[in-house]
Amino acid sequence: MYKTVIGLEVHCELKSNSKNFSSAKNSYSTIPNSNVSVVDLGYPGILPVINKEAVKNSIKMALAMNCDIPDYLTFERKNYFYPDLPKGYQITQFKNPIGTNGYVMINVGGKEKKILIHDTHLEEDTASLDHYNTYSLIDYNRCGVPLLETVTEPCINSADEAVAFLEGLRSIFLYCDTSYARSDRGQIRCDVNVSLMKEEDTELGTKVEMKNINSFSSVKEAIICEVKRQTEILNSGGKVLQETRRFDESKGITYSMRSKEDAIDYKYFTDPNLPPIKLDKKWISELKESIPKLHNERFRTYTKDYSINEKDAYTIVRDKKISDYYEECIKLKGDPILVSNWLTGSVIGYLNKMSLTIEQIKLTPQMLVELINLISSGKISSKQGKTVLERTLETGKSPLIIVDELGISQIDNEEEIRKIVLEVISENESLVIDYKNGKRVFDYFIGQIMKKTKGRVNPSLASKILKEELEK
Amino acid sequence: MALSIKEMRNKLDNDEIKSENLFEESVKKANYYQKEYNSFVTIVSDYKDYGQRETLLSGIPYALKDNISTKGILTTASSNILKNYVPVYDATIYKKLKESGAILVGKTVLDELAMGGTGTTGHTGIVRNPWNKERLIGGSSAGSAAAVALGIVPFAIGSDTGDSIRKPAAYGGVVGFKPTYGRISRYGLFAFASSLDHLGVFTRNVYDCAMVMNIIKGHDDNDMTSLPDDGKDYIASLERSVKGKKLFYIKEALDNSNKDLELGKILNNFEKVKEKCKKLGIEVFEESIDKDLLLALYPTYMSISCAEATSNDANLTGIHFGVRGEGNTPEEIIKDARTKGFSELIKRRFVLGSYILQKENQEKLFLNACRIRRIIVDKINKLFEKYDGIIMPAAAGIAPKFGESSDKLSDKYLILDNHLVIGNFGGYPSITIPSGFIDEMPVGVNITGRICEDDVVLNIAYQVEKSMEYANQVALGDDKNV
Repeated sequence: MYKTVIGLEVHCELKSNSKNFSSAKNSYSTIPNSNVSVVDLGYPGILPVINKEAVKNSIKMALAMNCDIPDYLTFERKNYFYPDLPKGYQITQFKNPIGTNGYVMINVGGKEKKILIHDTHLEEDTASLDHYNTYSLIDYNRCGVPLLETVTEPCINSADEAVAFLEGLRSIFLYCDTSYARSDRGQIRCDVNVSLMKEEDTELGTKVEMKNINSFSSVKEAIICEVKRQTEILNSGGKVLQETRRFDESKGITYSMRSKEDAIDYKYFTDPNLPPIKLDKKWISELKESIPKLHNERFRTYTKDYSINEKDAYTIVRDKKISDYYEECIKLKGDPILVSNWLTGSVIGYLNKMSLTIEQIKLTPQMLVELINLISSGKISSKQGKTVLERTLETGKSPLIIVDELGISQIDNEEEIRKIVLEVISENESLVIDYKNGKRVFDYFIGQIMKKTKGRVNPSLASKILKEELEK
Repeated sequence: MALSIKEMRNKLDNDEIKSENLFEESVKKANYYQKEYNSFVTIVSDYKDYGQRETLLSGIPYALKDNISTKGILTTASSNILKNYVPVYDATIYKKLKESGAILVGKTVLDELAMGGTGTTGHTGIVRNPWNKERLIGGSSAGSAAAVALGIVPFAIGSDTGDSIRKPAAYGGVVGFKPTYGRISRYGLFAFASSLDHLGVFTRNVYDCAMVMNIIKGHDDNDMTSLPDDGKDYIASLERSVKGKKLFYIKEALDNSNKDLELGKILNNFEKVKEKCKKLGIEVFEESIDKDLLLALYPTYMSISCAEATSNDANLTGIHFGVRGEGNTPEEIIKDARTKGFSELIKRRFVLGSYILQKENQEKLFLNACRIRRIIVDKINKLFEKYDGIIMPAAAGIAPKFGESSDKLSDKYLILDNHLVIGNFGGYPSITIPSGFIDEMPVGVNITGRICEDDVVLNIAYQVEKSMEYANQVALGDDKNV
């Protein structure tokens, strides 16, 4: 039996108006080469200008991952020739990353684990290439987009832990509002290093790197199949070669790209065009304060303080917008469990059915809390509540107005009920005498009251008041 | 007859001449001298009226080195790999000159990709020295130096990574100024070695130089290494008294214990300059610098510049601009374009640069070179606590003949012929002005000052120039055929 050791390198495109070092727009576009400047194209004479927003977002991420922030911002060049890299080098951080020595907590099967972050650094994305039979096309839209690369220590021990980390990391991006992190758009991509060692070994085994895996499920499959391959090699007395392999999703196998001997020497050196910039301590502490409560902490609050079950808590924290919505309801004094039930049940059900986000629906947190209060105070039944919710989602009218329009609210005002009771009594004076004579006419009176109010009257109050009036 | 900028300005302002005539005159001269001296890659034939501007350079013709990006105008960096390259954007310096109303006459020849100091390696042929066709003008800003020396234009823009403005200025008998690093935006200058690259200007007198500098200096948001505006009027600073200014020269650089005949003449010329300085009240002192450090100047420069150049010129792949290579894979196409596009000299520098940056060599070769650069700059800065500047002969001799090779390992070559890189190492403002003739060839003296004291350097140079009689000299000034 071997112990699996995994290290991840996660690349994620950051949000910003313009690119990392140019004024071209940083925005996903399906029209090739529509967001491109001369700087992105690496024309002779161009110079990079660092984007403050990208620096801000990367510092936020580094802080959210509990990293140390350096005193100075510096950049290096990573030199290699490839058509997706017009300058012939990528501007990245090598000596002095924006974040070092951090950690991210993950939860796998109810067990918490600390995943150590070696570093996280800011760099620029490359162009995307489309290969055809006899030619290739280059789209420079992605070229120069700010990219944050996060490198873990080799401290992940299973495919599940790897996926939990990736999901946790993506969640941090979303909570900090620093990336869209959509893997279908290639905005979050992953290199996976896998090695095996015996439990008693003190040194790590030979690692194999798998590059550019696009989806989390593929990461899982790639790890499983690479662990299987390496296990078989070791079991048969062989040696794992240090190399870079590519994972073929369709076949579910990995195959060799290049061996260690062919590893590229990137000849890193400090980019002379980007002088070191002192990072203001005050600015960093402001950024730290701007980081919202992250999913882990919220999950803990929901399960421990609000006694919500883990499944529902997870459903809520998975999307920051939903979690923010939930917390807004709590702030409005909504009952935590009832809000959670309605949110994870009917509301999210509606979102899924209509393919909407929580921000797009007409039901505000105030309305949801109003609805829940109508039910718990007995004004409407739970079943009526569902009808009201549907109408609110459709029209955006508040539950109180809907209840009124539908005429389904209970009459529980004593004055009002007494008025109706007296009306019914005066219309049936002869039966009052029957009642006093012990005849069983009470239910008839109730029937008349229900008829007059179309059944909306609060039954127990109606009985109480009727009894009082009949026995006067 | 070749007018200075100041003279042209007066004539334009007094309606004695039109900008269009100045342009036509320049173009005529450019074409006339082109065959013999080869200053230009491109001569602009159509006069473009930028409209009357209220600037000192409005209507003044000038030339740009062909490694400065000019939208819609061929810009080759004198390299085959860019022989068809027409930029789609303007360099900041070109934009500023255009906005000032100055009139571009042409793009000048350089040593391929600005690497080299001979003016003989451009893809359109060698540039000849206007004072003697058998001799080179030096480089890499060869065409710009020659165009000003020939009186084709009153000023030309060059770039200077080691001494590429200040050395050819000396060989061509003109003024060559490289201001403080960051004083002029590098945006649009084809990078050679970014940490050493400067833009600068050739003129035939220091006053003209200040006129041009006033226009082209200034902060640029497109260049993070550009300095904040200094708000100084360099012309106004010229007339200040230089009495009491202190300059030094480096003793070891002027050592002639070998009794070298040419060096003797250079030192003799330098003595005369020192005399002039004394008369102006400038005190000139001798200072000693560790010879090992001085011998390290050239290797340090080569290590850093080749390393940076390897990376800077990695964009020249022929993939999306420049001459396209052939092949079946992107790698083959890039390899073919670069194999055919660069001369052997360039490839040699790329190999050196690549070797120097390799993981296993970087610490010993590249990072040590960076450390030596730091040590040299610290030493000079220390001296600058006492002195306002350095004064030195700009070169160890007159412009060499074509094919004449100097001993690249001699102290004379390594120190006196390469000390100008100190200006690039520290980003100091540095100017070469003509200081006379040796064997009928012009020589120059160089003054290098403290960082950001561009005005002080221009002030001293202006006063020293005034004390001599070499301002406004034009090679072939007696050629009446033009």
